[in-house]
Amino acid sequence: MLEIGNLNAGYGDMPVLKEISISIGAGQIISVVGSNGAGKTTLLKAISGIIRSKGAIAFNHEVISNLQPHAIVRRGIVHVPEGRKIFPEMSVDENLMMGAFLHQKDYRRNLEKVFALFPKLAERRKQLGGTMSGGEQQMLAIGRGLMGNPKLLLLDEPSLGLSPLFTDVVFGAISEIRNSGVTVLLVEQNVYQSLRISTRGYVMETGRIVLSGTGVELLDNPAVKTAFLGM
Amino acid sequence: MLFLQSLISGLLTGGVYALAGIGMSLVFGVMNVSNFAHGDLMMLGMYMAYFVFTLLHIDPYISLVLVMPAAFVFGYGLEKMFINRVIHHPHQNQILLTIGLGLIMSNTALLAFTSDPRILTTSYSSSSFNILRDVSVSVPLLLSFMITCVITATLYLFLGKSRTGMALRATSQNREAAQLMGINVSRMSAIAFGIGTALAATAGALIAPTYYIHPLAGHSFLLKSFTICVLGGLGSVVGATVGGLIIGVIEAMSSTYISTDWKDVVVFVLFLAVLLFRPQGLFGKKGGQ
Ligand SMILES: Nc1ncnc2c1ncn2[C@@H]1O[C@H](COP(=O)(O)OP(=O)(O)OP(=O)(O)O)[C@@H](O)[C@H]1O
Ligand SMILES: [Mg+2]
Repeated sequence: MLEIGNLNAGYGDMPVLKEISISIGAGQIISVVGSNGAGKTTLLKAISGIIRSKGAIAFNHEVISNLQPHAIVRRGIVHVPEGRKIFPEMSVDENLMMGAFLHQKDYRRNLEKVFALFPKLAERRKQLGGTMSGGEQQMLAIGRGLMGNPKLLLLDEPSLGLSPLFTDVVFGAISEIRNSGVTVLLVEQNVYQSLRISTRGYVMETGRIVLSGTGVELLDNPAVKTAFLGM
Repeated sequence: MLFLQSLISGLLTGGVYALAGIGMSLVFGVMNVSNFAHGDLMMLGMYMAYFVFTLLHIDPYISLVLVMPAAFVFGYGLEKMFINRVIHHPHQNQILLTIGLGLIMSNTALLAFTSDPRILTTSYSSSSFNILRDVSVSVPLLLSFMITCVITATLYLFLGKSRTGMALRATSQNREAAQLMGINVSRMSAIAFGIGTALAATAGALIAPTYYIHPLAGHSFLLKSFTICVLGGLGSVVGATVGGLIIGVIEAMSSTYISTDWKDVVVFVLFLAVLLFRPQGLFGKKGGQ
């Protein structure tokens, strides 16, 4: 569904991503893990067109490299950014409406789905986004992304800063989203939980993919164990 | 009674200032650009109303149906051609560009219309009526205030409920997140600048019947618009509305109790005072630049 070949990207003159190649099949959860500054967020930004890149990104056999971000969203790639980036002075309802910006027709149907996934949002519809707790904002950010009818959902550290309880809620939601037919590209620091639910995983280090395999393979890999799982 | 009189004229004029202030604030919020050509756009609105009146004999308030869309298109075009190129640049580049655009406008106006001030006199320009024995209300000020209220209410509705209006607010709250929603943010910038220009020109047209029309008339309005934006909090539309009314009243009070010559000085002192003591403004959340 998404094929990335020899992707290079960076900020100004500074290269960050070096020769990244990743392949994602429909209906999978794919994880990208790596330490701080490895370039995970940069990879997602390159896919969603927020930053320019060199190399090939093809989505359902169409080259989408360097399209404008709104054109990429239109094709069904929706990016839930690191740090949530909720619209702080909009209510929960309005945030979800903005998520549906390109899909007004499906608004009601998607809204029901989002409220079924995160019942808490349904109780807070009038609350301003900026006044919600971190965990609630994360649910809102994922819900807002789902309002855009994603075929491929890019999630950047959805469990960052969440309590164990909220983390479980978020990981549960990710599995449900995949089960509903949406492909997920997941960037996470919570290596154990994310590899456990992933079809495949990639390990990134200083802008390169250094290791890849199925979720189970990576969890058993000694290098992964020492670097990320503290074993 | 003098107090009540100044309060009423101040509020009526303040409504028009608010319109200009809202325009500047919207541009700042959506684009993060301080528009130093704002006063000159207002001056162009004054001339537009003047020529529509003298050449086509259309009342300046009616002429808004021409001035507003023309100014919107002009602003939209300016953004697409010039401002759009510096939107990711440092603030000093944006300031230089908008100052340059403003200079081109005011100097073109000087060449085309000469520096002689013009006066737009309508049949009701100096008519007024008394609401109390010593308190009168000027007809043109009241008319322009009522038009301002309608435009402001429409704008609030547009920003609050319409799809494009909500997208403008989203862009001003978080530009990157707005992009990720599928909003074409560069189009939003052009729309914001178009609306900002239309509001500036409308404010210009509304004060044209009660003001000297002059190529450099924009300068004092630039200062006023800035003060309003800073007072209300940069980027806040509600703040700019209240800020405009406050500036109008303060100006009228200082004309009455100090001297007409001092009113610009008072506005400037207020501008500095706000920057010093409350840089985020009365309603602002974003810090000042
Ligand atoms: N806007 C930017 N301008 C310049 N450099 C940047 C920018 N954003 C990120 N970088 C740099 O790019 C590199 C990769 O950053 P990135 O945010 O992709 O890392 P990450 O893997 O997501 O890290 P984390 O786990 O901390 O989120 C870092 O060295 C970072 O300093
Ligand atoms: Mg990151």
